[in-house]
Amino acid sequence: MLEATPAHALPVRAARRNRSLRRLASGLGLVALLPLGGCGVLDHGMLGAAGPVADQTRGLFLLVCAILIFVAAPVLLLTPIFAWHYRLSNTKSAYRPQWGFNWPLEGLIWIPPTIIVIVLAVFLWRDTHALDPYKPLASSHPPIEVQVVALDWKWLFIYPHEGVASVNELAFPADRPVRLSLTSDTVMQSFFVPRLAGQIYAMAGMTTQLNLAADAPGRFRGENTQFNGVGFQNQKFAVLAQSNDDHAAWIARARAGGRTLDPAAYATLAARSVQPEPVLFGSVAPNLFRSILARNDPGLHAAHGHHAHE
Amino acid sequence: MNEDGHWLTLLGRLDLHAFPFVRAWEDPTVSELIGAFAGALVVVGAVGLVALLTWKRWWRPLFRDWLTSLDHKKIGIMYVVLAGVMLSRALVEAVLMRAQQSLAVDAPGIVAPEHFAQLFSTHGTIMIFFMAMPFLTGLINYVVPLQIGARDVAFPLLNSISLMLTGGGAGLVMLSLAVGEFSTGGWSGYPPYTGKAFQPGVGPDYWIWAVTLASLGTTLSGINIAATIYKKRCPGLHLTRMPLFCWTALCTAILMIFATPPLTVATALLALDRYLDFHFFTNDLGGNMMNYVNLFWLFGHPEVYILILPAFGVFSEVISAFSSKELYGYKSLATATMAIGVLSFTVWLHHFFTMGQSASVNAAFGIATMTISIPTGVKIYNWIWTMFRGEVRFTAPMLFALAFIVTFVLGGLTGIMLAIPPIDYVVHNTVFLVAHFHNMLIPGLLYGMIAGYMYWFPKAFGFRLSEGWGKVAFACWVSGFYLAFMPLYVLGLGGMARRSQALFEPDYRPWLIVAACGAVLLLSGLVSLFMQLFVSVRDRDANRVPVGDPWDARGLEWSVAAPPPEYNFATIPRVDRLDPFYWRKERGEAYRRPARYADIVMPKNSWVGLLVGFAAAACAFGLVWHIGWLSLLGFLGIWIPVVARSFVRDVHRTIPAAEVEATERLWLERAHAARPVPRERETEPDNLGLARPFPAQVTA
Repeated sequence: MLEATPAHALPVRAARRNRSLRRLASGLGLVALLPLGGCGVLDHGMLGAAGPVADQTRGLFLLVCAILIFVAAPVLLLTPIFAWHYRLSNTKSAYRPQWGFNWPLEGLIWIPPTIIVIVLAVFLWRDTHALDPYKPLASSHPPIEVQVVALDWKWLFIYPHEGVASVNELAFPADRPVRLSLTSDTVMQSFFVPRLAGQIYAMAGMTTQLNLAADAPGRFRGENTQFNGVGFQNQKFAVLAQSNDDHAAWIARARAGGRTLDPAAYATLAARSVQPEPVLFGSVAPNLFRSILARNDPGLHAAHGHHAHE
Repeated sequence: MNEDGHWLTLLGRLDLHAFPFVRAWEDPTVSELIGAFAGALVVVGAVGLVALLTWKRWWRPLFRDWLTSLDHKKIGIMYVVLAGVMLSRALVEAVLMRAQQSLAVDAPGIVAPEHFAQLFSTHGTIMIFFMAMPFLTGLINYVVPLQIGARDVAFPLLNSISLMLTGGGAGLVMLSLAVGEFSTGGWSGYPPYTGKAFQPGVGPDYWIWAVTLASLGTTLSGINIAATIYKKRCPGLHLTRMPLFCWTALCTAILMIFATPPLTVATALLALDRYLDFHFFTNDLGGNMMNYVNLFWLFGHPEVYILILPAFGVFSEVISAFSSKELYGYKSLATATMAIGVLSFTVWLHHFFTMGQSASVNAAFGIATMTISIPTGVKIYNWIWTMFRGEVRFTAPMLFALAFIVTFVLGGLTGIMLAIPPIDYVVHNTVFLVAHFHNMLIPGLLYGMIAGYMYWFPKAFGFRLSEGWGKVAFACWVSGFYLAFMPLYVLGLGGMARRSQALFEPDYRPWLIVAACGAVLLLSGLVSLFMQLFVSVRDRDANRVPVGDPWDARGLEWSVAAPPPEYNFATIPRVDRLDPFYWRKERGEAYRRPARYADIVMPKNSWVGLLVGFAAAACAFGLVWHIGWLSLLGFLGIWIPVVARSFVRDVHRTIPAAEVEATERLWLERAHAARPVPRERETEPDNLGLARPFPAQVTA
């Protein structure tokens, strides 16, 4: 079983420094999160990362947590200490009612927060680009293309190269990254597989992209996080990272099922309903994704219709 | 025309199924019964109120002394009362939602999905537009003219119109409980989900018109507050001598003027989509919902600072007063306030990092967002250093201020996390986000408003609130907050989507139960506030502070009687430095009789505001239900009083100098007869509102 390699390709030294920094940060962050240890709930999210994108995001998250300790600590310490020490009943504490300004103190108040923000900004700029959802993931294997259509209240996954489709089940070989193109044939939705990668919106007439991968075969929960009506809470889907054999078997099963996703079947599927069990389609009408997109995008109509203005 | 046609003309699309009672009769599920019960509460509440007013013969005083009054103090109090009523409803809704989620792990729970969606939509809409906004506008209305030595706001009638428009919007939201339904599109109302294609019912229309009325009221309030601060300051009160609350009020007013119109535009365009088949935000025919999202957050992000800045002002006053000390770093606080105001317009995109824009755009907005944490952090340290070498008293408002500092910092940290796009991608739209903004708004808005309410209450009503119940309320609000929202951070990191009516992950259950307990504690906090009010009104004679300065505070508002006379200041004060009343007390110049009294001209009462608010609500109700004649009548009803008013010449009344002198003499006699109380006894009955000056320098 090959694992997908991390996306960033930084120079070796920088990467090592970066890694040790991250390790330190992870250690500090883990200490901060210790009280929460043992609770399974965090394993369902990015902290239970099962893919390179979520893993890098977790590293960034823990690094930020560690930096933010320096922001919180002085306030959390000074507030109770000052309030208690300078309480009215403490007659030993100093009282200077007309003291209200001090230049060195002013520097201490403005400069350290500014420095912390600058440091964070550097990490922010770097990792926002490194973790750009549109950026292809580095891998020795070519990515698998999947077209995603958000429907009420289900997800349709079209595999253009394999010519199959599935509803509420996203399956892919675990050693290949996945390249998703998303649109919506209804209201806006947000595609999210917490243990693998971040969210991206799916919007009618528009395409967005998301790249994700899994470290090893496994089953993960995917969901829509943007409220879209009474079936919203049921709009979960299974994400299956499979071994190559299992994936081949999955494709074969879809084809053997013999269902065809033609315009009539699609119309039934697109109606507002909850889909409790996944469905597989053995064949898909050509250019289905494009035609769904074109329905809500006058630009596509113009580009591919009759050129009346010429 | 057949019979159906007549009914259509008369009632639009209003029919029997609009009433939750009918729906519950036909389909008696727990969810429908809860809806019918809530509707019944509105009806019973309205009937009970009418009965009480009739029985006590309060109708005439209600209209004469309150609803038609243009006195900024009374308008301020009415705003706060409105906020209290709406807070009660929205908090009960919150408890219901928390109860539902804690019960609905692999189970249906008690509230149906449709009903649950209405709950989170009304909860958010009410808390922002009809709780937070009226509360802060009310405090600003009451306090700012008194702090700047003015007798009223710049435009007293406009003030009344703003109040009544907000009240009309609030009434519409309340009415939706008993007639029809509310939107299920959340407080932000994103299309196309709120468009006609997906929600053809009246829900989004209620939301649109309620928010439109509130936003118009807010814009007018902003103009009024800004004009008041620019033009009505007393002689010598330069901008840099204003109390910090005035600075935050000014900044909030500027934000209101510039940030609210995008919201009005957004809801107006959405209304065009829904009513006249426009395609601004539809999926088809070239509509683009992202234009709405940009417009909405162009309002929505500055709105966050509209909400939080006045609370910052309150904390500045409270911490300084209860530390018996000058505010540390006044100028840097004022600078930081204005910096936040400017920066708040540069970050709206962080509400939709996941839209799919380029990494550089996201990074730029992320860094802009983090920049706001610098002036905010400065403010936190200013308050901490204000306590340094002070004499801190742990009264209820001060406790809220301390809890605010600690809790708000935690919210700030998660705010920085959310500002970093890759982290936002994994917690956006989860309950982590819900926890974050409640972590900002409960300490950063509600604690501030409650602290301000307790701090200025003795000024407004002439007696102090019960300290004991204040501390009970404090304990409930703070422990309730931590129990209710810390679990949501954990759940959000565990990938739990917000707005979920049911859940399928057993690991979520223990955290959701803790959160539900927290919500109940928060509700107890509200009940404690009402108990505090009840007990304090009952025992008011033992807690009177007629002289007007119960906390040994520093601004001009404390230099007059409590409650202040209608005209606020018998003679307009002159100011020569910051904290004028403190220095007047230091120099022994407080409570002096002025050389002479003069006649005072004050605005007369007016029915215009009340009529405009009522007509606007009627017009909106007609639009919601497609009742043409009512909308037209309501629309005319808005403009006729306004036009008629422009012909009225006699809009002022004069308070003769003799009357002023009599009132002032009585007050000054009381002040001279009262025994000054030291700070140790400020919560005791012998605090009549005359402070004993602190021994200036206590040795270390």
